[in-house]
Amino acid sequence: MNFEFTEEQLMIRKAAKDYAERELIQDVLERDAKAEYPTRHVKNLAELGFMGMLVDHKYDGGGMDAVSYVLAMEEISKIDSSLGVIISVNNSLVCYGIEKYGTEEQKEKYLKPLARGEKIGAFLLSEPEAGSDATSQKTTAKDKGDHYIINGVKNWITSANTASTYVVAAQTYPEKRHHGINVFIVDRNSQGISLGPHEDKMGMRSSDTHSVMFTDVKVPKENRIGDDGFGFTFAMKTLEAGRIGIAAQAVGIAAGALDRAIQYSKERKAFGKVLAKHQAIAFKISDMAVKVENARNLCLKAAWLKDQGKPFGLASAMAKQYAADIAMEVTTEAVQIFGGYGYVKEYHVERLMREAKLTQIYEGTSEIQKIVISRALLKD
Amino acid sequence: MKILVCISNVPDTTTKIRFKDDNTAFDTTGVQWIINPWDELALTRAIELKETSGEAIEKITVVSVGPKTAEPTIRKALAIGADDAIRIDAEPKDAYFVAAQLAVVAKDYDIVLNGIEACDYNGSAVGGMLSEFLEYPSVSAVSKLEIENGEIKVSREIDGGTEVLTTQLPFVAIVQKGIAKEPRIPSMRGIMMARKKPLNIVEAVEAEVLTEFESFELPPAKAACKMVDAENVKELVDLLHNEAKVI
Amino acid sequence: MSVLVYTENWDGKFKKVSFELVSYANEIAKKLNTETVVVSIGDVAKDELKKLGGYGAVKIINVNDEKLKTLANQPYAKVISQVAEKEDAKVVIFAHNNTGKAVAPRVSVKLKAGLVTGVASLPSNYDPFTVSKKAFTGKAFANVKVNSDVKIITLFQNSFKLIETDNKVNIEDFNVEIADGDFKTKVEQVNKVTGKLLLTDAEIVVSGGRGMKSPENWGPLEELAELLGAATACSRPVSDEEWRSHDEHVGQTGKIIAPNLYFALGISGAIQHLGGVSSSKHIVAINTDKDAPIFEAADYGIVGDVQKILPELNAAIKEMKEAEN
Repeated sequence: MNFEFTEEQLMIRKAAKDYAERELIQDVLERDAKAEYPTRHVKNLAELGFMGMLVDHKYDGGGMDAVSYVLAMEEISKIDSSLGVIISVNNSLVCYGIEKYGTEEQKEKYLKPLARGEKIGAFLLSEPEAGSDATSQKTTAKDKGDHYIINGVKNWITSANTASTYVVAAQTYPEKRHHGINVFIVDRNSQGISLGPHEDKMGMRSSDTHSVMFTDVKVPKENRIGDDGFGFTFAMKTLEAGRIGIAAQAVGIAAGALDRAIQYSKERKAFGKVLAKHQAIAFKISDMAVKVENARNLCLKAAWLKDQGKPFGLASAMAKQYAADIAMEVTTEAVQIFGGYGYVKEYHVERLMREAKLTQIYEGTSEIQKIVISRALLKD
Repeated sequence: MKILVCISNVPDTTTKIRFKDDNTAFDTTGVQWIINPWDELALTRAIELKETSGEAIEKITVVSVGPKTAEPTIRKALAIGADDAIRIDAEPKDAYFVAAQLAVVAKDYDIVLNGIEACDYNGSAVGGMLSEFLEYPSVSAVSKLEIENGEIKVSREIDGGTEVLTTQLPFVAIVQKGIAKEPRIPSMRGIMMARKKPLNIVEAVEAEVLTEFESFELPPAKAACKMVDAENVKELVDLLHNEAKVI
Repeated sequence: MSVLVYTENWDGKFKKVSFELVSYANEIAKKLNTETVVVSIGDVAKDELKKLGGYGAVKIINVNDEKLKTLANQPYAKVISQVAEKEDAKVVIFAHNNTGKAVAPRVSVKLKAGLVTGVASLPSNYDPFTVSKKAFTGKAFANVKVNSDVKIITLFQNSFKLIETDNKVNIEDFNVEIADGDFKTKVEQVNKVTGKLLLTDAEIVVSGGRGMKSPENWGPLEELAELLGAATACSRPVSDEEWRSHDEHVGQTGKIIAPNLYFALGISGAIQHLGGVSSSKHIVAINTDKDAPIFEAADYGIVGDVQKILPELNAAIKEMKEAEN
């Protein structure tokens, strides 16, 4: 057992923290209010290497371990979880999936620019009638010999407008149900792709989310990832890894709210003494801190297992479910501690509370995580 | 041209300052160590110069006098972009001792950069002493450093303005705010490269220590702030005039 | 034996800090049973030099050489060291300003003299020689023992009171051995802001932060500065945003000041800011956020919008000044 971080891990955490505290904080409220995409920050963070942290050096990535990634995600999300989700989708869904299951040609052509952050990726799995239930894909990919033709609609797609590289799941053999699903790398500029309106979200408003329509979109055969019918496994495996990123994001949201609540309780006075001296508040802080620390440890454990090459699916589901749920609780308590100030935008905690909600929903709801966890525990 | 950036390992600027052993030593428990902010700006400027001046700058070395525990800070400098590093293996006892150590290394460089002070003991002394040991010219309070056609141009702050100087090489620049806009954040690549770059450890030379810290004190606690109602600004003027007698 | 002071001049004139240095040196000289000698470099008229006698100097070494008109660290250090040796100086005093910080460390090496910078009080002991200096950017004081025969101190401006004396002063011209080859740097251009009160000289400083909201709102702040004969300053975010020029930035990484009165207007008082202003004798804070840390450091505070309060404050000061007349 060793709870010490390496020097590199600490440096990465500090780099993320410095960027967040120096740059993201400047316009986070404004971007939230205007639902404005953080173009400048994505470019800067790409130059620093945050968009392809986990990708191997030989594909122009940072070659970092998952523990470093978790530390960076937490620091970024403490201040601005919209950036957190943009980084997470690019790193742990798109880059991870292509690197793990793609061909050398696919890696050369698509992974490298994604890892450098020159191009952004989007992961298109959810559908209007298939969110958590990824088995029932309505989008179709018809095999036409040397190419596929894709038709259908994808929903809630992070970075849909900004991304140039889509990773799309679609059904090729409906009769085989989820064994008939394939996943393709699709160029965003392909003929027949159109976007729905920008979703006006409750939180993480600075990330761009759209639905995406496919009308007879032609995709070359060499853009299929893995063997014919590998799509469902691909989706489940990448989501397994993606959950670590979202768990870290949730930890960041909770830790950000906790930090602000601690600071506020030390400064704000009520009934002649600072809030921190009122036991009702002090105990709230204590409960919040224990939850944050628990969630962080679950998250780091999942990352550590992944780095060791050990199975991490159960650990990442636990981390994601717990971190998301406590992020909701902790941010709600933070708003309570701030009282009226907590309910106005200037103090950030109401925004963190809105953001926390999404972590319980996307990349597998808390309920889905419980299914994953319980099935793993209860199987014969 | 070769640039040497002298860095010191100091407590983070938000550290709560405490002392131990009957107030004779700084209590380092729980302290986060960082590159002295002015030194970090100096390093950032050195890297900018290297990036923009083509082949003119061959290499940037960072040097620090300190024990092994200072190495993470030195590697951070490598992650930010220095090419190699030197650690002179000694406790930095006083400015005279440190400057004497640095002089041994610095004589091989054309431009030697130092921050104007360190945020621990606020000495503002090492850069100047080093230049005298080396018998190099020095320019202090430097807020701009440019290389134009191989010629060094520096701006230094003087009371109520700035002066632009040219200088012969080698020389020592003691830099302050303005030299670079913000310290550079290391990239992932830089962080992963840091351990692969050379960090050479050099034995300390014999040098005298002219000053010693005997003890430390914290400033006396301050009386509470007297609050004046926003509707009664006149009262503030009255207090400043009659009580504090400052206007 | 002597205590030597280097007094910088500004276009041939001394400032209050010059007399503070001489007063300080003279207190040390008394303790050491010796006399205060001043070295002045540059073109300063005899009458101006004589003023230093009013604070305890008995001898002025006047180095007036065309080559030394502007500060060059290396030659200045050479000259001052030569004078220190000639006068058998046991303690050498500089101001803790840009010039002092540039030259004193070089002199320290030349004379192998222990240097203590950032001093704000007299030595607490003379044998062993011990003096307190500011450390951790004003968050602590360190008592430093100097082991060398000769000691060098740089003294903060505004930290020592003037002590007038009534003694005779001799002015002695000194021809230094300095060659063209000693000058390895060359001043090409001087950009001076004239007619503006220097931040580091000001007794009163009026400083604005992010709470000023925009660079267009500085009018009332400047008016307040003018009413009080104060210098203007700003916090780091303001200079980073380039609402005000960098030379107005006060704080840990900007200028460190110690005026008699400091107005923090719309400044929350981050620890880094306080590091640069906490030595001010009196601090007034105006801020909308009643929990802002600046109120912990302030002596007088108003919770409110600085935009609204500043004009009222200016009016109240005018009224007070009129009533005085």
